[in-house]
Amino acid sequence: MVLTKDIYNKLRGKSTPSGFTVDDIIQTGVDNPGHPFIMTVGCVAGDEESYEVFKDLLDPIISDRHSGYKPTDKHRTDLNFENLKGGDDLDPAYVLSSRVRTGRSIKGFTLPPHNSRGERRTIEKLSIEALATLSGEFKGKYYPLNGMTDKEQDQLINDHFLFDKPVSPLLTCAGMARDWPDARGIWHNDAKTFLVWVNEEDHLRVISMQQGGNMKEVFRRFCTGLLKIEETFKKHNHGFMWNEHLGYVLTCPSNLGTGLRGGVHVKLPKLSTHAKFEEILTRLRLQKRGTGGVDTASVGGVFDISNADRLGSSEVDQVQMVVDGVKLMVAMEKKLEKSESIDDMIPAQK
Amino acid sequence: LSANKARAALVRRGLLSLNTTFHGSIVDEWGLAEYPDLRQHNNCMASHLTPAIYAKLCDKSTPNGYTLDQAIQTGVDNPGHPFIKTVGMVAGDEETYEVFADLLDPIIRERHNGYDCRTMTHPTDLDSSKLHSGRFDERYVLSSRVRTGRSIRGLSLPPACTRAERREVERVTVDALAGLSGDLAGKYYSLTQMTDAEQQQLIDDHFLFDKPVSPLLTCAGMARDWPDARGIWHNNEKTFLVWINEEDHTRVISMEKGGNMKRVFDRFCRGLKEVERMIQEKGWEFMWNEKLGYILTCPSNLGTGLRAGVHVNLPRLSKDPRFSKILDNLRLQKRGTGGVDTAAVGSTFDISNLDRLGQSEVQLVQTVVDGVNYLIECEKKLEKGQDIKVPAPPKGN
Repeated sequence: MVLTKDIYNKLRGKSTPSGFTVDDIIQTGVDNPGHPFIMTVGCVAGDEESYEVFKDLLDPIISDRHSGYKPTDKHRTDLNFENLKGGDDLDPAYVLSSRVRTGRSIKGFTLPPHNSRGERRTIEKLSIEALATLSGEFKGKYYPLNGMTDKEQDQLINDHFLFDKPVSPLLTCAGMARDWPDARGIWHNDAKTFLVWVNEEDHLRVISMQQGGNMKEVFRRFCTGLLKIEETFKKHNHGFMWNEHLGYVLTCPSNLGTGLRGGVHVKLPKLSTHAKFEEILTRLRLQKRGTGGVDTASVGGVFDISNADRLGSSEVDQVQMVVDGVKLMVAMEKKLEKSESIDDMIPAQK
Repeated sequence: LSANKARAALVRRGLLSLNTTFHGSIVDEWGLAEYPDLRQHNNCMASHLTPAIYAKLCDKSTPNGYTLDQAIQTGVDNPGHPFIKTVGMVAGDEETYEVFADLLDPIIRERHNGYDCRTMTHPTDLDSSKLHSGRFDERYVLSSRVRTGRSIRGLSLPPACTRAERREVERVTVDALAGLSGDLAGKYYSLTQMTDAEQQQLIDDHFLFDKPVSPLLTCAGMARDWPDARGIWHNNEKTFLVWINEEDHTRVISMEKGGNMKRVFDRFCRGLKEVERMIQEKGWEFMWNEKLGYILTCPSNLGTGLRAGVHVNLPRLSKDPRFSKILDNLRLQKRGTGGVDTAAVGSTFDISNLDRLGQSEVQLVQTVVDGVNYLIECEKKLEKGQDIKVPAPPKGN
């Protein structure tokens, strides 16, 4: 537990310029003592300045969560998809789908735990404008949560795109569900391969996905779309929150850096029951989740495998680890199918 | 720090940099941009929060820094309740009722039958000797109960209080309760420290309250830091119970099986006065004023904060189509035996007073006594195949 009495006493009189206090930062962690599956962060940022004003609390948490990342470390951003090697040859018999997501915060506005209705609506308005300028493979449509037709809602549910009012107390205790569903919505391109969530846990969540194992294509579309969106926001003098120490600034300290979770749904019925499965994942710097996403269990030997790191390595680095790691694990699975040993395939710690 | 919260809100909305002063017209314009979307809503706050009132109040705050947005958050997040029209806002402190009077006055008027706190005064009367006919036929009345709430002046209310303030409420109240004696002598069970055995006993006695799950309460911030500084005190006889730091600073309950409402009310008044005396000895007092009576978190509980009721078996009357009208005219409401938001089990109902503000404790409990006696008379008549009459509504209704 990082929050000692000394640190609390030092920070309790402070607030960010927008009025966010240390009590606001920690409320979700106070109200939610522990999560059964993963060690939660227990803190959120209310604005960009939270990470500066409450450094004494957040730096050790960041270090703990992000493998010893130091206050003096620099984070590298690399959204040049051409730097990714391979990624177009994951076996579709095993890799069912591929997805990359990240978040973006719009500079000059406070974050979901703290923002007002007016700020949230302006973020929505700016997002709609930015997304409306997209064309070609990125041409799409916005569906406000508060204005979609029943038919649109059913379609979004069938596509597994619709996000609900958060029920997790991790989010509700942090104030992120206030005024729901005001200024929340979903945008996606016509091909349904590029999706943006507006005003859920972050200002924007950007998702690129498709069936099958062509992570290279997913990542290309991800980077291209993101950079186009960023251009439009910059034109309106509202770039994304970013700095060279923390990378992209998001609501949860666990998403700092790239904010990127790149992953696949992959069939690993034999490997997942192997004694060394967890160790292999750890060495590959990957994590597993059930196919329902965070907090779910796997169904039928199909796992969601994604990068564990967010801060201290670039987007390309992290997706590369997923691509290389999943390729290796599929090869292991095939060996196990033939009852062969995988001992000589166990990787070194990355 | 808290004095700057309103100013910080303006900075957050881009209306102020740290060095400039604001102009009324900018606030008005931005006030509308912040105005909540209440089109799907059916609660008292939504009925009365016009854009003009919002713009007028949105940048004010109480001395503790509590804002309009905070007060109305629960009503924005909870558009409507299936059974009753909820209030849709809460108070974060005593001053909320004054600073946001432009919104709260009409809400109070609507919720409390036209009570105008600018011109009327609320009578407080805890002299239980004035209650008459307060013993019910126990073939019908299974249990009797009176509850109210009390807030400790000078400390913020559950939606807004800090951990320190909440702990202070606990300390002051537990200290006072420790001074009770005779049939009121009892013990405090802190939610954070009770043993498993104690917890089980409190559950078996139906005394234990849980962390609120209703979004009406959680969206108002009342469950923060649970279960820190929450607890239950009760006397050894289990007829006088105090909840600490649930929806109000304190909830005080007097109850017993059977129909002796007179004894329940006697103990209620005696216990309340004793507790008040104890806290006054230490320099504290309850939040109270002559316009609004006892100040509590929810505007619906202003005045007496009193709900006096019985669990009563009315198998024939409850099936009579005139039942609701009879209750209305008697100024009574029915609930299921699980309390608010529950349905009746069989034909046993929780019957209690509708009103809280504008009449005294004695008057309201008398209303319940007279009303329940009338209901029992109706039930008896129906048993004998006789017809019943719907009573006239009270004068002025």
